Amino acid sequence: MTVTPLPKAPLPKTPGLFARMARARPTKPGEIYGVPGQGNTFWLSVASVTFMLFVWWLVTTLGLVKPLFVPSPQLVLAKFGQIWREGFTNTAFLDHILISTLRVFGAFLLACLIGLPLGLAMGMSPMIRGIFDPPIEFYRPIPPLAYLPLMIIWFGIGETSKVLLIFLSVFAPVVLGARSGVKSAAIEQIHAAYSFGATRWQVMRHVIMPSAMPEILTAMRVGIGFGWTTLVAAEMVAATSGLGYMVLSASQFLQTSVVIMGIFVIATIAFAFDLLMRFLERRLVPWKGRM
Amino acid sequence: MSLNIDHASVVYPAADGRPPVAALSEVNLAITEGEFVVALGASGCGKSTLLNLIAGFLSPSSGTLTLDGQSVQGPGADRAVVFQKHALLPWLNVLDNVAFGLQIQGVAKQDRYRTANEYIGLLGLDGFQKSPVYKLSGGMQQRVGIARALTCDPKILLMDEPLGALDALTREKAQELILNIWGKTGKSVFFITHSVEEALFMGTKLIVMSPRPGRITHVFDLPFSRQFQSGAPARQVKASPEFIGLREKVLNIIFADEEAVE
Ligand SMILES: Nc1ncnc2c1ncn2[C@@H]1O[C@H](COP(=O)(O)OP(=O)(O)O)[C@@H](O)[C@H]1O
Ligand SMILES: [Mg+2]
Repeated sequence: MTVTPLPKAPLPKTPGLFARMARARPTKPGEIYGVPGQGNTFWLSVASVTFMLFVWWLVTTLGLVKPLFVPSPQLVLAKFGQIWREGFTNTAFLDHILISTLRVFGAFLLACLIGLPLGLAMGMSPMIRGIFDPPIEFYRPIPPLAYLPLMIIWFGIGETSKVLLIFLSVFAPVVLGARSGVKSAAIEQIHAAYSFGATRWQVMRHVIMPSAMPEILTAMRVGIGFGWTTLVAAEMVAATSGLGYMVLSASQFLQTSVVIMGIFVIATIAFAFDLLMRFLERRLVPWKGRM
Repeated sequence: MSLNIDHASVVYPAADGRPPVAALSEVNLAITEGEFVVALGASGCGKSTLLNLIAGFLSPSSGTLTLDGQSVQGPGADRAVVFQKHALLPWLNVLDNVAFGLQIQGVAKQDRYRTANEYIGLLGLDGFQKSPVYKLSGGMQQRVGIARALTCDPKILLMDEPLGALDALTREKAQELILNIWGKTGKSVFFITHSVEEALFMGTKLIVMSPRPGRITHVFDLPFSRQFQSGAPARQVKASPEFIGLREKVLNIIFADEEAVE
């Protein structure tokens, strides 16, 4: 019997750049191999923000763009101080913040009050889903600015149309979140409750609603985000106060620094609320995704 | 307590282009007071369907099902179910999970906690009352599930592969724990498994099921759990010649089934 020699194994070579990028690297202890996008991003984010502020400062200080287009950070900060002390168009700055916050939160609360029960009911009952699904799916993708004129024609230029516009933008995500949250409960959990003799209502109250909580909280978070997004549009309607009004009227007088300042204030409040919602989520549903 | 299943068949209707499935065909089964009935069979042979039928989550396409002479119409607290997983409520701690059935039945907080604590002790969960269930190991979660099922004092315990997700060692301990509890409470049990060894060790009666259509093909009376209860160590019971002999016999039946399918 003859033995044919095996062909020589090729020398192992370092994989090419693409091969290395295409494959997951071994992880550090404490990380899990192959989890997409894991790793801490905090310092990178700090660096990114610092860099953007620096570029902003540099470009404006060197006079590369006119302050009319991009005012310097110092100028925006100074404007903030001035408006903080003197107010804007005869209304104190805090009042602008307060009125906008009230509009957004009022609309948000209303949307939750109506939207959450409706969403749960839509998840539970094919009849209610059949009735309400078409109108909600119809208006959901329409930009609020498109139906703003209708709001004004129907409800005038008072608070109603402002709050209603924000309400509509919060309402859809809240309803859809609650509706799909109904499906979160495992069939075993539901069966367990029924086998103890639970009524339909008890199953709803003790199993379906609690297990829908994570999705409901996420929907509320998304919803309030939409609310802040719609604020400026809502305050286009003959407003005389509010952050959106401040930004809009400043833009008419080409006060770019006020516009930018207002944008920052809105962003900060929205972000603070998002943090609060995330905190609530950790407190209320620590079990999310763990069973 | 006596449960009687008489010529029960279940046909899942055709859906999504699949033909109808005869999940159970002409099943006859009687479970009497204190019996530990184990259902064994390849996956898809209708074990869960049979359990769902007894639990009342399904109604038979034909045939009858009676509990103490009463026709079974839907789920009820006289039949408690222990699931393989996903059945605990993660927003409640151990105590509230165990007391859940009593809460559903409107028992006052103090009373239901007292009863729940008894069963928590019985299942060796003392000291974990306030622990969130999602932080417990799989074996402990299963014990919470069993304690919860027992609190409402059901006539029969229905268990669908309750130990299927546990590792080998935990599983053997859990088998002994369940037998001990069964001995102490004297409940009737309907227990599903696809481990032959587990089936032989735990049951007083074994039903072997076959798929397509799902049916009971063999019934054995088993002595081993009684031997364990009268003091024989589990390992010794499982190593006895009778046990091994029967295990081979049952394995042959199941392999023959599998081959017939292929
Ligand atoms: N809801 C259902 N709809 C249609 N077919 C089902 C359904 N549940 C189970 N089946 C089918 O019925 C048969 C028995 O299922 P099951 O009782 O779950 O078996 P086992 O628990 O023994 O694995 C299988 O062929 C399965 O595919
Ligand atoms: Mg099954």
